[in-house]
Amino acid sequence: MRKIRLIARLDIKGPNLIKGVHLEGLRVIGPPNEHALRYYQQGADELIYMDCVASLYGRNNLGDIVQSAAKDVFVPMTVGGGIRSVADATQLLRCGADKVAVNTAAVANPKLIGDIARRFGSQCMVLSIEAKQVGPDRWEVYTDNGRERTGLNVIEWVRKGVSLGAGEILLTSVDKEGTRKGYDVALIKAVTREVSVPVIASGGMGKPEDLIDAVLQGEADAVAMADILHYRRATVGDIRNVARGAGIDVRDYEHA
Amino acid sequence: MSTPEVVVIDYGVGNLLSVRRGLERCGANVAVTSNRDVILSAPRVVLPGVGAFADGMAELSRHGLDDVVREVAAKKTPLLGICLGMQMLLDESEEYGITAGLGLIAGRVVSVPAISSEGQPQKVPHIGWNSLQPTAGCKHWKGTLLQEVRPGAAVYFVHSFMASPVDPRHRLADCLYGGMPISAAIGRDNVFGCQFHPEKSGAVGLKILQRFLAQ
Repeated sequence: MRKIRLIARLDIKGPNLIKGVHLEGLRVIGPPNEHALRYYQQGADELIYMDCVASLYGRNNLGDIVQSAAKDVFVPMTVGGGIRSVADATQLLRCGADKVAVNTAAVANPKLIGDIARRFGSQCMVLSIEAKQVGPDRWEVYTDNGRERTGLNVIEWVRKGVSLGAGEILLTSVDKEGTRKGYDVALIKAVTREVSVPVIASGGMGKPEDLIDAVLQGEADAVAMADILHYRRATVGDIRNVARGAGIDVRDYEHA
Repeated sequence: MSTPEVVVIDYGVGNLLSVRRGLERCGANVAVTSNRDVILSAPRVVLPGVGAFADGMAELSRHGLDDVVREVAAKKTPLLGICLGMQMLLDESEEYGITAGLGLIAGRVVSVPAISSEGQPQKVPHIGWNSLQPTAGCKHWKGTLLQEVRPGAAVYFVHSFMASPVDPRHRLADCLYGGMPISAAIGRDNVFGCQFHPEKSGAVGLKILQRFLAQ
């Protein structure tokens, strides 16, 4: 088994780090890079920056934030929100991002997945999926930060996205997001069973122990954490220790 | 502008900002350039790179920089290749047919094994954090770029091909992927290479860059 990655997720609106519930009711947490630096120093394996109003306004303003983070943060960074073209992706990669995450524009124009993967390699092209449960073992793809339904079945969309060149899946459960009720393990399992690319489980971590089911039952390759870190209910180090205690292989961060 | 302590070669390939920032974090005055005179007069040179081997070599040649890198190595200037920049230090690569490399370290670049030591299929590219281990030809890291690194420390990889140096002494560190050894760091005299990204490997990576700046 590869090392399971512990990823700090930062949702951004304008200049602020924010947090919502079900991706809505956004509350301002503070300056994003103060938090990013804290998570890096605690040993986060990666960071994800998501501009959560970018699709609505048709632009991503994360370039400056990421460029400034690149001075202090020396782990991989994924950036998403409002990426509509190879040119948008290029601009964010130049700012220090290592991967781009695409959701809304990929649904509107699936060809974009292949265009980005061919230009930068599939390891760079993360397909971001916002999933809402619509029936037993059935989830629908949402876009625009959980606001718009698409009619697409999550499992079919994941399969198509990977065949087009997506190298990784960022899977956010809109139902669990911000609720602290634990990950949607059935959703994670349904997706990891379907594809061989890494899957990042996102949405719902209330306590460090929540990652155990996401990894051992859901077979997630990585877990994204937001609320639990932003509100200082646990550090990345606490979460790493819980993972290790459950027999999950994580980066030996202290072993520098 | 004062004289740079390290030059990062810009030949149109890859995200150079992170490499630059990593070196700056280690206190260095960094220049990013494709100017041959600046490269040849630099006290230390970094050859970065991502993407396919043939594209990287083609871009390097197109900028007239392949011979410049060879000259840097011949002058005994410390040279660090990162990721594709490390692979290009070898004689040749078998990625999409055989392509000649810079020939600074004897050996070739081959595929990351798609089958584990237990015969199971495994994912290629090899992406993520993996632990550095000493090798048969380099049992301790004293006097190398890895001097400050403890065996077992994890660093960040993204690659589908790997270097296979002929001389085991040029193989400084390996990591295991599905039980199969992958060459993680190589070195010969003043020429070094990291398959992983030190600029994305947190404190461990910065220690390696720091050590390179002390060469």
